[in-house]
Amino acid sequence: MLNVLYFASFREILGQAQEQLPADYQTVDCLLKDLAARGETWQQALLHNQNLQIAVNHDVANRQTAIKAGDEVAFFPPVTGG
Amino acid sequence: MTHNPEPMFPHICIQEEDFDLSTEAAKLREGHKDIGAVVTFVGTVRDINEGDEVSILELEHYPGMTEKALEKIRLEAHDRWHLEASHIIHRIGKMYPCDQIVMVAVASRHRENAFHAAHFIMDYLKTNAPFWKKETLPDGAERWVDARVSDKEAESRWAK
Repeated sequence: MLNVLYFASFREILGQAQEQLPADYQTVDCLLKDLAARGETWQQALLHNQNLQIAVNHDVANRQTAIKAGDEVAFFPPVTGG
Repeated sequence: MTHNPEPMFPHICIQEEDFDLSTEAAKLREGHKDIGAVVTFVGTVRDINEGDEVSILELEHYPGMTEKALEKIRLEAHDRWHLEASHIIHRIGKMYPCDQIVMVAVASRHRENAFHAAHFIMDYLKTNAPFWKKETLPDGAERWVDARVSDKEAESRWAK
């Protein structure tokens, strides 16, 4: 399984903070395409979002990053701490 | 008897509680006779952002990734400016105007390195650590704070 997390505005727009998904994807991009099939909101927030930030296992990642069972994949907007 | 293991990142604190700058600066210097310079930075909550009055600022973060990202930044600062000690505190949860949000404290033999390192850590924290700010305005409206282009530019000045 994959542990998928959504933070900040993404959590609110998508209506969830976390979900478990089957580890059926080779890369983050494959996962994103599948999530986008859930509808317009998902498409706009993730797949077509130029500012989408991605982390895999707590490290900064990108759409081409490979993923496997047991990985934690997080999607979030640009950070604004400090 | 329970035994508390050493925290994985003892120089990084993500906490809801406020902090005391003097106490933190004193802790940083403890046991070091080779320190000649201590630079501290404290970020606080402004009452105005983007022209609007702000009543509440709420900080969310990504537990696990935040600590890892901050430790990476801290270690890079040690590497580049030969620091003797450093400590980062970032608060989460609800805060109000004038509250302290973040502290970076660094110590080195000479002031130049400490100034640069503190500046570098803050610039990188702003663009690389997974924190998000949400503002509540006096009428109760909430909005997520947008990332600033100027923060990304500030980060780029440290490119090697």
